Amino acid sequence: MMRSYGSLFRLRFNNGLQYRTAALAGVATQFFWGMILIMVYRAFYAMADGASMPMSLPQIVTYIWLQQAFLTFIMLWHRDNELFQLITTGNIAYELCRPTDLYTFWYAKLLAQRLSSALLRCSPILIFAWFLPSPYELSPPPDLSALILFVVSLLLGLLVLVSISMFIYISVFYTMSPVGSLLMFNVVGEFLAGMVIPVPLMPDWLQRIVVVLPFRWTADFPFRVFSGHIGYHEALSGIMVQLVWLICLILLGKLAMRRALTRVVVQGG
Amino acid sequence: MRLFVRYLSILFRSQMQYRTSFWLLSLGQFFIPLSVFAGLYFLFERFGQLQGWTFFEVALCFAVIHMAFSLSECFARGFDSFSTLVASGDFDRLLVRPRSTVLQVLGSKFEFTRIGRLLQSVIVLVWACANLAVDWSLLKLMTLLLMVLSGVFIFTGIFILAATMCFWTIQGLEVASIFTDGGREMAQYPLHIYEGWVRRFFTFIIPFGCVNYLPLLFILDRTEGRDLLYAISPLAGILFIIPCLLIWRFGVRHYRSTGS
Repeated sequence: MMRSYGSLFRLRFNNGLQYRTAALAGVATQFFWGMILIMVYRAFYAMADGASMPMSLPQIVTYIWLQQAFLTFIMLWHRDNELFQLITTGNIAYELCRPTDLYTFWYAKLLAQRLSSALLRCSPILIFAWFLPSPYELSPPPDLSALILFVVSLLLGLLVLVSISMFIYISVFYTMSPVGSLLMFNVVGEFLAGMVIPVPLMPDWLQRIVVVLPFRWTADFPFRVFSGHIGYHEALSGIMVQLVWLICLILLGKLAMRRALTRVVVQGG
Repeated sequence: MRLFVRYLSILFRSQMQYRTSFWLLSLGQFFIPLSVFAGLYFLFERFGQLQGWTFFEVALCFAVIHMAFSLSECFARGFDSFSTLVASGDFDRLLVRPRSTVLQVLGSKFEFTRIGRLLQSVIVLVWACANLAVDWSLLKLMTLLLMVLSGVFIFTGIFILAATMCFWTIQGLEVASIFTDGGREMAQYPLHIYEGWVRRFFTFIIPFGCVNYLPLLFILDRTEGRDLLYAISPLAGILFIIPCLLIWRFGVRHYRSTGS
């Protein structure tokens, strides 16, 4: 049983690796974005008292580069119209005939897509950013344990993200038209994940909302572990929270999927 | 021109057939720049100012650029999605008609849902203007209008350039989004906060500086002499469309149909 999900994962993964030119264009775009963002923050920090800020400029710079490099790990919606079309055109019927669990099947598919496109994109950005002159350079993590914790939390964050995004796909069973609601959910979710500005720079009242939601565990948390902004002990307990979120989200997602499938009306055609 | 209005009304009516989807999308378009603007607001709340620029000054800049962007995305969408026209070979049909290709491609698609985005930036504009201590004169209002217009022309020019590339590559190019989305993101702050090479590139190659910096100085009374020059600087941004159109014509001459 596990093998079929594994081979689907491999298939999708290799498929994603084929789009190298698109990835190159993406890298160039992300690189430019990163530079622009850093210049903006530099300008903000130039006149401010850096010590009184919750994050230092090098930490912000590192945060931005990681964000650009792992963009496909943190975007809630990753250009995948295929699953939407399955539902709206009625081809979902074929998927239902397969002797596999639909939730796991889709989960593996989405996970593989994100992993392959991140693999293509992250190393050129990270290497480039590494060699940039100060203040644009990516600073390495303070020690080896921070790096290890970063990798663990990043991967867990990815799993949490995919399980959040599953809800978007499940919602299409009810709404049939993904665009409107999806757009709003994306915008809010990505803001709360620290995509627009890093979470520590948000006002306190907003941070209080952010910490009780799962979004920040996908991006903000691993990135700050990398730069050492979140210490060793806090990182360990954070990883526990990530695990709890992951389990809850997957259980809820499976439940929602089952509910949706009992009332699914296959669109003809 | 009459033809353009005809195109407009036909496509508007066709999009209005899907009314709910239209309103939902417009609402979504309202919220996208809102989240960016919220980020900007929170940054100012924490840092107070940005190299001597206050929040409302930057908000004015933000509003102008986003207005320009949403307008050009609405009206120049045809160029943005031009690659499908080339890949499917439908561009051949445009070539045999006795009207200019630019007009026909423009008329092939409009994205009216950008009204949400436009509305958001208009609100920001009004809010910024109400809080800025600027004594508005007729010339300043004209400059403001010119800034938006100039921005529309620059974004449209970039869309045209990106579309021209399709004659050679057949597919759409993601790289173009550096200058459209990236340009928008860059230009929502005054140009002077950036490094030298960015400033030079976006003043002399793609003249965003004529939209988000030089005329802004005039409106905020920060110029030292030669006011008029600053006031009409957005006109230089409008000129940007001319080389773009020339390159487009060059591209059309080199067009080889995919034949399908």
